[in-house]
This record gives sequence, structure tokens and C-alpha cells, in this order.
Amino acid sequence: MPSLKDLKNRIASVKATQKITKAMKMVAAAKLRRAQEAAEAARPYSQRMSVVLANIAQAVGTDDSVPRLMTGTGQSQTHLLVVCTAERGLCGGFNSQIARFARDHIRRLQSEGKTVKIICVGKKGYDILRRDFNALIVDRIDLREVKKIGFANADEIGKRIIALFNKDEFDVCTLFYSEFKSVISQVPTALQLIPAAVPAAEAAPESAAAIYDYEPDAGEILNDLIPRNISVQIFRALLENVAGEMGAKMSAMDNATRNAGEMINKLTLSYNRQRQAQITKELIEIISGAEAL
Amino acid sequence: MADFTFELVSPERLLVSETASEVVLPATEGEMTVMANHAPTMTTIRPGVVTVKSAGKVSRYVVFGGFADILPSGCTLLAESAVPVDEFDRTLIERRIEEARSHLDNGDHADEHKTRLEQFLSELTHLNGVLNPA
Repeated sequence: MPSLKDLKNRIASVKATQKITKAMKMVAAAKLRRAQEAAEAARPYSQRMSVVLANIAQAVGTDDSVPRLMTGTGQSQTHLLVVCTAERGLCGGFNSQIARFARDHIRRLQSEGKTVKIICVGKKGYDILRRDFNALIVDRIDLREVKKIGFANADEIGKRIIALFNKDEFDVCTLFYSEFKSVISQVPTALQLIPAAVPAAEAAPESAAAIYDYEPDAGEILNDLIPRNISVQIFRALLENVAGEMGAKMSAMDNATRNAGEMINKLTLSYNRQRQAQITKELIEIISGAEAL
Repeated sequence: MADFTFELVSPERLLVSETASEVVLPATEGEMTVMANHAPTMTTIRPGVVTVKSAGKVSRYVVFGGFADILPSGCTLLAESAVPVDEFDRTLIERRIEEARSHLDNGDHADEHKTRLEQFLSELTHLNGVLNPA
């Protein structure tokens, strides 16, 4: 049975923890709003990009001028997985969810006899994947210093991937991130980057019917467009990840605050009981002492 | 004069979405003025200044590469990065020039790639000269 003093100390420490988790929850909520706004603001670009890409891919068809980034190497022996996770923990199962998803994928590829290479974006994913696949990790990208993810960050990652592709380091590239469905649900998602999965020309409106002039020619534009599209996809994934991380952190911290509240209630109850027991005991001692006189 | 919708989009946000009467784009193969009912055109953009004229107002933006999708009814410019000229910071372009130069100097590039880099660098330098007259 812990003494009264112990109980008092524990209550104080749980209260302090509760204050911290509460503050973290509020910070996460504010950041979540900002992240959501950023993701929203980035949407028009990627939407228009995919429309344009669909149009142009249709125009080029299966010409020889189609860049290799789009057609791939024609093999699927070596896979490059780009795993994007958060830089910080304390956000529930967010990071481990992505890592587990990627791990299952890696195991499956390995059982098919494929070679796997990994690029980790974010510290947490690296920490988890390092345990099992240290030899496979070819690169890691640290965004801890970055306050607000800009397109430049995504572009840098994209350039690294393309450089690797040009050196024939891999055949297929897949991006792993967490799609932000809502504050309480983030779904780990795999997205194939290379060869580029061209969005099927979704019966686009007026633009599909138009016959375009290309300046310079379509192949040339496509050459410029595909790397850009890769960066855009990565950028979108990073933004979704930030929003997801903040959402997960918010609900995790909310849970923690509630748990701390329950714990305080329980501890206070046993503290009061014990105090009462002590008072009763002392009273009995006094009374029985008086009677003995 | 007929107006059309002009949109300037950067990956971070939608910068401009308004009706314009005339837009001058720095296309890869030379400057290009877009007006309403332009033939559908797709073009890549080199680093330069975009001028938008709408209802007597003229606004200018600095863009770094991208491409434009022109339709009779409107024009969408997807820029890699875009800033209004007034908010433009000269250190930004100097940093880019620096980056491009070091990228060109280190590492051996295939000839085609190298010409492209050199071209990009000269475009940047030219833009720097226009924006920041010494």
C-alpha cells in the first residue's frame, strides 16, 4: 500500500503530464488546420497537372519520343520504395502503420525474388525499417530542420529519385505515404511513380476535344512534365503526411489527456480513502486511550 | 476586347484566378502574348516575367519554369514557383543561379543535359539582369 505522500506525489506528476498532453493536443490542432490549408492550396496544381498530363499522353500515344520515365525500363526486377513518415513520434500508430504497410510490401516483393531498395523520408520510418532492412536502405532524407514543407523539398527528393533512375539503379519506384482521410483516419497508401501511371483520360471536359499546338513538340513537353509530375506527387504525399501526422497526434494526445484524467480520479479516490482511514485510526487510538484512564 | 480567365498556379497555392484581357508569357521559344480565343496550345515556360493585363490594371509575376495550358476560353499557367514582382527578393534568384552553377560544375553530364543546364543558367542570369539592374 503506497503511503499518503507517495499518492500525493503521483497525483501531482500525473497532473503535470496531463497539462503537457493537453498543450500538445492544442498545438497539434492548430498545426493540423495549417497543414490542411496547405494541402488544400496545393490541390489545384496537382489536379490541373493530371489533366494536362492525361491530355498530352493521349496526344503522344505510344510514340518513340515517350520518355523512359513514363514507359519504365521494361523490367520489374529492382524496386525502389520511397517511404515517407513523420519526423516525430507521439502520434499514435501513425508511423508504425506506414512502416508496417511498407514492410509487408517488401516481404512480398522479396518472396517473389525481386531486389528491393529503400529511401526513407522522415526519421521515424528510418528507425523502424532499419531494424529489419538496414542493408536495403540506400538513402534517407531528413526533413527535421524544415518548418514548413515547400515544393523545393519535394523537388529535391524527386531529383534524387530521377538521378538514380538514370543510373539504372531500379526499374519500378513506389511511394509510400499516409493518405489523410479525416482527423481520425489515415490510410497508408502506395503510389507508383515510375513508370508513371498516367491518369486515364477521365473523359476530360472541353480540353480533351481540343486539338493542341505544342510548343516545342509534345515529346519535349512530356520530358519536362514527367519529372515535374513526380515532384508534385511527392509534394502532395508529404503534405498529406503532415496533415495525417497532426491528426493522429491530436487524437493520441486527446486519449492521453483523458487517460490521465481517469488516473487522477482513481488516485484521488484512494488518497482520500487512505486519509480517512488514517483519521479513523487516530480517533480510535485517542478514544481507547481516554477509556483506559 | 474580349476577356478570358487566367490562372496562375504554383504547387503551394493558387496565386491568381481572374479575368484578363492579355497575358504575356515567357515561353521557351520566345515571348508569347495570349488573348481571348487563342488556339489551344501547350507550351513550356522558361524563367521570366509574366505580365497580366486586366481591366486596365497590369500586374507582373516572376516565374521559374513550368508550363502553360492555353485554351480559347482561358489560360492556366502551372509554374514551379511564382512571386509577384514587388514581393520579389533578389537574393532568391542569386541563390538559384548559384545552385545552377554548382550543379553544372560538379558532376559530368551528358551533352544534351549540359546544354540544357547552360541554357537554364543563362536564362536565370538574363532574368537577374532585367530585375536587378546593376
